[in-house]
Amino acid sequence: MTIIRRSLLIGAAAMAAGMFASAAYAQNTIKIGSVLSVTGPASFLGDPEKKTLEMYVRDINAAGGVNGKKLELFIYDDGSDANKARTFATRLVEEDKVDAVIAGSGSGSALAIRGVFEEAALPYISLAGAAEIVLPVRKWVFKMPHTEPMSCGKIFEDLKKRNLTRVGIISGTDGWGKAMRAECVAMAPKEGITVVKDEIYGAADSDMTPQLTNIKNTAGVQAVINCGFGQGPAIVTRNYRQVGLSVPLYQSHGVSSKSYINLAGEAANGVRLPAAALLVAEQLPDSDPLKKVAIEYKTKFEKETGQPVSTFGGHARDALFMLVEALKRAGSADKAKVRDEIEKTKNFIGTGGVINMSATDHLGLDLNSFRMIEIKNGDWSLVL
Amino acid sequence: MRRFLTSPFLLVGAVAVVVAILPMILPSNFYMRVAALVYINAIAVLGLNLLMGFAGQVSLGHAGFFGIGAYAMALGPVYLGLPSWASLLGGTAVSALLAFLVGRPILRLNGYYLAIATLGMGMLVAMVISNEANITGGPNGMEVQRMVLFGWRVAGSVTWYWISGISLVIAALVVVNLINSPTGRALRSIHDSEIAARVLGIDVARYKLLAFVISAIFASIAGSYLALLDGFVTPTTAGFLLSIELVVMAVLGGLGSILGSIVGAAILVILPQALTVFHEYEHVVLGAIIVVFLILLPSGIVPAIAALIRRRPA
Repeated sequence: MTIIRRSLLIGAAAMAAGMFASAAYAQNTIKIGSVLSVTGPASFLGDPEKKTLEMYVRDINAAGGVNGKKLELFIYDDGSDANKARTFATRLVEEDKVDAVIAGSGSGSALAIRGVFEEAALPYISLAGAAEIVLPVRKWVFKMPHTEPMSCGKIFEDLKKRNLTRVGIISGTDGWGKAMRAECVAMAPKEGITVVKDEIYGAADSDMTPQLTNIKNTAGVQAVINCGFGQGPAIVTRNYRQVGLSVPLYQSHGVSSKSYINLAGEAANGVRLPAAALLVAEQLPDSDPLKKVAIEYKTKFEKETGQPVSTFGGHARDALFMLVEALKRAGSADKAKVRDEIEKTKNFIGTGGVINMSATDHLGLDLNSFRMIEIKNGDWSLVL
Repeated sequence: MRRFLTSPFLLVGAVAVVVAILPMILPSNFYMRVAALVYINAIAVLGLNLLMGFAGQVSLGHAGFFGIGAYAMALGPVYLGLPSWASLLGGTAVSALLAFLVGRPILRLNGYYLAIATLGMGMLVAMVISNEANITGGPNGMEVQRMVLFGWRVAGSVTWYWISGISLVIAALVVVNLINSPTGRALRSIHDSEIAARVLGIDVARYKLLAFVISAIFASIAGSYLALLDGFVTPTTAGFLLSIELVVMAVLGGLGSILGSIVGAAILVILPQALTVFHEYEHVVLGAIIVVFLILLPSGIVPAIAALIRRRPA
């Protein structure tokens, strides 16, 4: 009986301690809030994002902070659940009273929390991929990563360079795959590309041989585009070689992390994808404005975490520095001023590209920010 | 104290008092939101507890009903032009009908067939929601229009604190009434011994079905509330993990206990918020706390505490 009572007491004490611990910090800081999917299915996004933010905030503070104030980072893990993300977003606004937000690993979470920050009139920089986060433009919302339509655009550009016009599309039923497929199909006629076969697989499927066989048996397919995210594209890539397809295979930038190559193995060689310059930092020509930033981040991240760099962490880095520059220009953490300054961001060189925000564009990236990459010998290689 | 524990109506009264007083203590909207989430989850758990604690059946797909309720709020206004309150009723009706259709053939069988059937049903609902992207927005979810009642835009944590809190009290009253009615007695007898109940002339299948349909209705309403509170829905609201979470809430709080349903929901909603201080280890700590509770208090938190109090001389 005493054990029961004691454990109950300890439980209650832990709860109370947790609830009040966050209120005890000093006020003289600039507070940056963050809700990321550090665990759960989207952890491959959230984990590097979190490590990146922590690493750079530590460095910035060691160098004296911003505007004479230290940065204070509040990171919560939503476990890839949009409802939890929304609760943590409310917590950032109501409890932690943050000055700006860098958040949203997956598109679902990013969209679910958008309303909270809009209502609170807080600058919110999203790290998720879906184009609809900033389309139509919303006053307080900005977004770092390249969108699905951009991936299509870049792939079509490369196809035309290679004189390939008849493509098969195979897409996953995840949010990314669906959105990108819709964009590719809609964009194709305008770009002079014909979609001759359109196949779909479930996001959790473990074999895509039937769909790929259908594509193989369709006459005149000159290239195949795989719209997908997570493990699906790796399986598609393996099956692709197994069914003996030999036309070029294109992936989206949704697979731009080393784990894709590890999962797909040998089969990944020869696959092309549009991605941020970060992946091929060393191979960029010296004239490339992104080279310096990309190498710097890559070296730092890989040294401190011991993990290969991914573009997702890179977006977190870009978001943080874009925000820091806006804070410096604004001269204070005044939310409206900081928002205005983020919108005025021009020629910001990040790992994801050169960012030019405007009142009508809260993404600020164009197709030039992408590099076409081919996988060779299990590593990224720049297509010139 | 003893009388308090034995009179369920007093208990519901106490819950009502807590709901009424809490806003004076809670320091900010964030706490109001967490409290509202506790109430919303508690409504779903109350229903589930009726099924698990009284009818002795497990549902592993309750998030399916939760999801139907939530998506009704998103889809109804957009595609059918229904006002939010009508969508809520519509979602509830769909959930009840689905529960009836799934439960009717299966609850005639003995054993845990319902658990398997609901497991499949819950996953199907989640699958349909995430695959019909043209309609439901797919895995990225979709926005929910704010409810407007007589020109009043029903939004914000405080508003939903009151709506969910009052609804919880009503839900608890409904359950108390039901348990103390002949239906409740029939349900309890089924839980104790199905054979004995059948011998007494109780239509076992019919009562189980009734409990299942009521629990589906509760879950659906809770789901609708969550959608309206968030203003956004994603397929995780119908996900398998949520189904499990609801079952854990019911077991942790105490099967067959009304207060237990609320306590279970409170623990599972509040703990992850409190444990953020542990950063990387929060999931480990959360898991450990649940395991410790279940080892030390196998009958659930509330029944165990009630037994402790009862054992003491008055």
